Amino acid sequence: MVWGTVLLAACVLLGRCLGFFLAQWLGIDSDIGGVGVAMVALMLGMAGVRRRGLATPAFEMGVGYWAGMYIPIVVAMAATQNVWGATRGGGVAVAAGACAVLAGFAAVPLLTRGSTSGGSRPID
Amino acid sequence: MQVILDRFVNLLGAESLLSGVLVVGVILAVAEVASRRLTGGRIHASAIAISIGLALAALAGWITGGKRGLADIDGCGGLAVLGGAALRDFAIVSTAFSARIEELLRSGLRGMLALAIGVGGGFAVGGIVAYACGYRDPVDLATIGGGAATYIVGPVTGSALGASSDVIALSVAAGLVKAIMVMVLTPCVARWIGLDRPEAAMVFGGLLGTTSGVVAGLAATDPKLVPYGALTATFYTGLGCLTGPSLVIAVIRWLV
Repeated sequence: MVWGTVLLAACVLLGRCLGFFLAQWLGIDSDIGGVGVAMVALMLGMAGVRRRGLATPAFEMGVGYWAGMYIPIVVAMAATQNVWGATRGGGVAVAAGACAVLAGFAAVPLLTRGSTSGGSRPID
Repeated sequence: MQVILDRFVNLLGAESLLSGVLVVGVILAVAEVASRRLTGGRIHASAIAISIGLALAALAGWITGGKRGLADIDGCGGLAVLGGAALRDFAIVSTAFSARIEELLRSGLRGMLALAIGVGGGFAVGGIVAYACGYRDPVDLATIGGGAATYIVGPVTGSALGASSDVIALSVAAGLVKAIMVMVLTPCVARWIGLDRPEAAMVFGGLLGTTSGVVAGLAATDPKLVPYGALTATFYTGLGCLTGPSLVIAVIRWLV
């Protein structure tokens, strides 16, 4: 079981390093897309492990446990947001944030239209 | 005896992560019961739990005047560990284990297009709102526009361009409003905007960008969509930080 978690940790660290170096190279003091890189690395890693037949149920559990802990972690994240500060940011902040959200929601169907033939099936 | 007692108190302090787990467990239990008894299971328990978390965070912020929501209340500090960046990134990445590379490749181009439109659109909408509210300085417009992208892009853009601290604070607030609205509203609008398949989730993540909002919103809608939305959303902040102090400010200076 530990190997699943080891693979996960390796992917997260790899992503963080690449994101950090990319940011340094571009002269920005933050992590650029490290989590995204790590996710792609994990997908590739899991595909490789499964192909070699090494993905035992225990191995999958080493990663899956953390995926299951995801909801509690998101709830904790929500509970530690500076919500009070956001509501006191003034009208400009609320208007800018709200308009960005509504524009984003409205654009989703525009960008997914015409692609549903193969993808409209529900994911299993 | 006294030594043992001291050790015990230290132990409780050191185990703050576990106290955070316990607090979240109580919130989740309440949400589970509320979901089944009050809504007949129609509203996802995680959507209710996230809303309870946000409401408690608002209440705690009002009481303590702190910036960490419920984590500023004594005994709840562990929430900041559980919901902090380190464990959050770990858990977000782990969701990718159930995602399929074929889906990623099939929707990759559309996801990248959504990312470009999302980052550009965030800056544009935020900048227009700021302009309508009387801001004329290009640096202020870019900073508030960055806040409408995410609450990280705003301050990064602002400090790179030398914006004043109150404008930077404003951009953080705009980003927080966005994150919170996405968390709460995504499950409500999911059906209308066709958020029911991996490809739509990737487009959604690219358009909205706020990683915390997107992953919480998708978790409350359908946990299977989380990895796809998270994947594009995590690149959004990077792209915003990259273009804000360079391309975006150049365009705004040219326009204003």
